[in-house]
Amino acid sequence: MTQPVDIDPRAGAMVRSSLVKRIFTNPLGIIAVAILAIMILAATFAALLAPFDQNFADIGNTLAAPGGEHLLGTDSAGRDVWSRLLYGAQLTLLSALLCAAVAIGIGLPAGLIAGYYGGPFDTGASWFTNLLMSLPGIIVLLSARAALGPSVWISMIMFGILISPGYYRLTRTAVQSVRNELYVDAARVAGLGDGRIITRHILSVVRAPLIIQTAMVLGVAIAVQSGLEFLGLGNPAEATWGVMLSDGFRNVYLSPQLFVWPVLAIGLTIGALVLLGNAVRDALEDGQKIAKAKRRATDATGAVAAVDARVPAASDVRTRAVSAALPAVEAGTEHHLLRVSNLGVGYPQADGSVRSVVRNVSFHVDRGEVVGIVGESGSGKSQTAFSILGLLPDTARITGGTIQFDGAYTVAPGDERVSQTRLRALRGRRIAYIPQEPMSNLDPAYRVGSQLVRPMMLVLGISRAEATRRALDLLEKVGIADPKRTFDAYPHEISGGMAQRVLIAGAISCEPDLIIADEPTTALDVTVQAEVLDLLRDMQKELGVGVILVTHNFGVVADLADRVVVMQHGSVVEAGQVRDILRDPRDVYTRTLLDSMLEGKEPMTTLGSSAPAAPVVPTLADAARVGLITDVAATASTETNEAIEEVAR
Amino acid sequence: MNERLLSVDDLVVEYPGKGFRAEPFRALKGVSIAIDQGRTLGLVGESGSGKTTLGRALLGLAPVSGGTVTFDGRDISHASRRQRRELSRDLQVVFQDPYTSLNPAMEVGDILAEPLTIQGTSATAANQRIRELLDRVGLPQDSVHRRPREFSGGQRQRVAIARALALKPKLIVCDEPVSALDLTTQARVLDLFLEIQRDTGVAYLFISHDLDVVRHISHDVAVMYRGDIVEQGRAELVTRTPEHPYTQRLLLASPVPDPDRQAERRRNRRRLLDAEAADLSASAA
Repeated sequence: MTQPVDIDPRAGAMVRSSLVKRIFTNPLGIIAVAILAIMILAATFAALLAPFDQNFADIGNTLAAPGGEHLLGTDSAGRDVWSRLLYGAQLTLLSALLCAAVAIGIGLPAGLIAGYYGGPFDTGASWFTNLLMSLPGIIVLLSARAALGPSVWISMIMFGILISPGYYRLTRTAVQSVRNELYVDAARVAGLGDGRIITRHILSVVRAPLIIQTAMVLGVAIAVQSGLEFLGLGNPAEATWGVMLSDGFRNVYLSPQLFVWPVLAIGLTIGALVLLGNAVRDALEDGQKIAKAKRRATDATGAVAAVDARVPAASDVRTRAVSAALPAVEAGTEHHLLRVSNLGVGYPQADGSVRSVVRNVSFHVDRGEVVGIVGESGSGKSQTAFSILGLLPDTARITGGTIQFDGAYTVAPGDERVSQTRLRALRGRRIAYIPQEPMSNLDPAYRVGSQLVRPMMLVLGISRAEATRRALDLLEKVGIADPKRTFDAYPHEISGGMAQRVLIAGAISCEPDLIIADEPTTALDVTVQAEVLDLLRDMQKELGVGVILVTHNFGVVADLADRVVVMQHGSVVEAGQVRDILRDPRDVYTRTLLDSMLEGKEPMTTLGSSAPAAPVVPTLADAARVGLITDVAATASTETNEAIEEVAR
Repeated sequence: MNERLLSVDDLVVEYPGKGFRAEPFRALKGVSIAIDQGRTLGLVGESGSGKTTLGRALLGLAPVSGGTVTFDGRDISHASRRQRRELSRDLQVVFQDPYTSLNPAMEVGDILAEPLTIQGTSATAANQRIRELLDRVGLPQDSVHRRPREFSGGQRQRVAIARALALKPKLIVCDEPVSALDLTTQARVLDLFLEIQRDTGVAYLFISHDLDVVRHISHDVAVMYRGDIVEQGRAELVTRTPEHPYTQRLLLASPVPDPDRQAERRRNRRRLLDAEAADLSASAA
C-alpha cells in the first residue's frame, strides 16, 4: 500500500478525450465533422482556391454553363459561381459564428450570475429576457436593416441578441440546479471565491448543453441569414450563400443549376450542424451507458461474476412459453400463505445475456407470521418483494422458479413474467404494500382522505359514505390524534411519521392476508420509527396477517420478525428463526453484518477491519470468498443496485 | 493536549420567514458547545433539531444572528471569505451525501488538489500530498484519474474524508457522514475516522441521528431538540444513563438486534412514555 504506484499518464487523457472519441465512433458524427471540416477549410483558403475574385464580372459570359474556365458556370452578372461559393462560405460561416458568439456573450454570463446569486439581477434579467422573447424577430431584423444598412454582420449581431434568451435560460436553470449542491458548499468551506466556484464547479454543468445548443444556433443563424438575403435584403456587394440563392432564384428558368449550388452548401452545413449536435448529445448520454457496461465487464472478471451470472438466456427464455392452464401447486404446500421457491429474476441485456439480480431464492410465509428479509443495497431483497407484488419493471424477466399465494400460482413454473391478471385480483385486496418513502407514495394533488376512500370503494365495492366512515376509523386505529383533520389534509401538511401511519391505514383498509413492508421505517426518525413499529406490531397481532418485512436493520428485525431470511448478492445465504439467526449466525456474511452493529461494542475501538480497504479488483475474489465484505465488494452491490434502478427507469 | 479548540456561546441562527413581514424561523435558540483539541463531540438529534444548522453555522454556511463562535482563539462568527480561506486550513467538513458532495465532472485528483492549490501549494507538493491522502484513506493510487461516479458510496466518502484531511485541519465537522452507507461500509468508515484521529490528533464535531454511532465515536455527546441542547456530557453517561427525558426516549427508541432484549427495551419505553403522559396530565390538573 505504501510503495508508490506508477500512475499511467494516459489514464487521465483517456477520460478527457473519451467524449471526442465517442463522437468519432458514431458514423453520423464522423460525417458531420467531415462536412464541417470541408466547409471550414474551403472558407479559410477561399483566396487560394478561388480562380476569380468574388465580384469579378465577365460581362460577355453571363449565365454560362458549368465547365471550361468557370468550373460551376457564371451567374447573371457573369461572376464565377465556384469562387463566389468559396467566398460565400467565408462570410456565411463567420457571420453565423458572430451571431452565436453574441448570443453566448450575453446569455451565458447573465445566466451564470442570475442563477448563482438570484435576487434583483435575476428578476431584472428574467424580465428583460421575457421582453426579448416577445419581440417579433423578423420585424426587428427588417427594421435594423432599414435603419442600419444591409450589412450581414449587423443583422447577425441583432439576431444574436434576439436569441440570447435561449442561452440565458439554459444556463440559469443548470446553475440553479447545482447552486446548492454539497460540492459547492465544500468549495465555499475551502475558501474559494465566487468567481472560482463558478468557473471550476458550475461552468462544467453548462458546458455540454451549451455545445449542443450552439450547434443548433449556428444552423438557425445560417438559415435566417440566407432567408433574409433570399428575400433580397442582403448586401449585393458581398458574396454570401443567401445572395447567391436569391440570384439563382431570379434566373431559375434560364439557368436552374445556379440555384443548386448555394442550396447544397446551405443544406449540407445546416444538416451537419444538427447531426453534430445530436452526436454530442448521444455521446454524453452514451458515456454513462458505456461506463456502466465497462464496469460490468470488469465485475465479471472478479468474484462478482456470481452477481452477474450470465444465464444463457434469450433462446432459453423464449422456450419457456406461458402455459394457458395453471398447474396445481406442489402437494403439501397449499397451506402456506406465500411460498417462493427457487425464484430467479434477471434483466436481459443488449448483448443477449441476462443480468441476474435474484437467484434461486426460496422461503415461505404462513398466516400471522412476520418474516424479515435482511440485506444490504444490491442484495436483491426489494426485487424479491416486487416479484411477489408483480411490480417488477417491464424489462425484468422471471428466470426460474415459482411464487404461490394461498395455494395458487402467481408465477407458475415456466412463466417468464409475473401475470398481471392473476395479481390484479390480489393486489390491494389480499396483498398490501407499505413503501419506504411515505411522502412520495401519497399523491400531493389529492387530500389524504380521498386516497384512502377511493381504493376502498373500488376494492370492497362499498359506498363513499361507508368508505369515509371506515377511513376515519382506520386513521384513529393507527394512532392519529385528530382523524378528521388528517382526513381533510393534503400530504404536504402532515409529517413523515403521520404519512407512514396513513399508508399503513391504507394497507390494512382492505383487510389483506399479506402485507409487504419495504423498509417501512428507514426514512423516519428513531422515535417515530419506534412508534411505527409499535403500530405495525399491534396491527399484525390484531388482524393476524402475514408480513414480509424488507429491511437492512437488525434492530427492526428483532423487534418484529418471527423468522429471518438473510440475502446477499441476490441469493439467500441463511434463513431461520429470529433468535437462532441473531444469536448464533452460521453464515459468515450474517456474522459480518451483525459484527457491524455498533450496539454493545466497546466505544472508540475499531471494529476489526483495521486493515485498509482492499483496494483493487484482483483481491476482490478472495475478499468475497472469505466473506470479508469490503468497500470494493460494496461497489459491486451498489452497481448492481444502480443497474437495477437504471433498468427500472 | 486538552486545549480549548472551539467554543460556541449562545449561538442563534435565524432564517427569514416566508412571506411579507413573516416571523423569522429560529433554527438555533442560543446553543453553547465546546470542543478540546483531539476530542470528538457527538451531536445527536432528530431531523429538524438544528444539528446540521449548527455545523453549517461553524462553516460559514448558515447566517449567525447572535452569539459567538470562537475557533482557536479567534472570533469567526462573521468571518469574511478571505478569513474563511485561511480558516479552511484548520476547519474542514465531511458532508452526509457522498453522491452530491463531490463534483461529478472532476477527477478525484482535481477534487483533492483544490483545497491545496487555493492555499498556494505547488503542483508537485500537492501531488505528493494527494498520494499520501489516498494511502491514508485506503484508496488505490490510480483513483487520481477516476471520477466520483466510478466509486461506491463508501469509497466516495473516503474521497470526501481525504479532501477534508488535505490541509491537516484541527477540526472536521462531520455531518452525518455514515448515514447514507450500508451497515458494513458504515463500520469501515467509522474505523477510518477513529484511526485518523489516533494518528493525527484531529478533533471532530460528529453530527448524527444515530445514538449508537455517536456513542461509538465520541468522547462527549450533546443532544439537540428543537434548536436547543437538552443534555450534554461524557459520552458514556449521556448515552447509557441519560437524564433528560428526551434523551431517554431517544435511547429506548433505538432497537437492539436481539428479540428478547428488544422486547425489554420496548417495555421500558412504553413505561417511560406512560409516566410522561401521567406527569403531563398531573401537571395539567
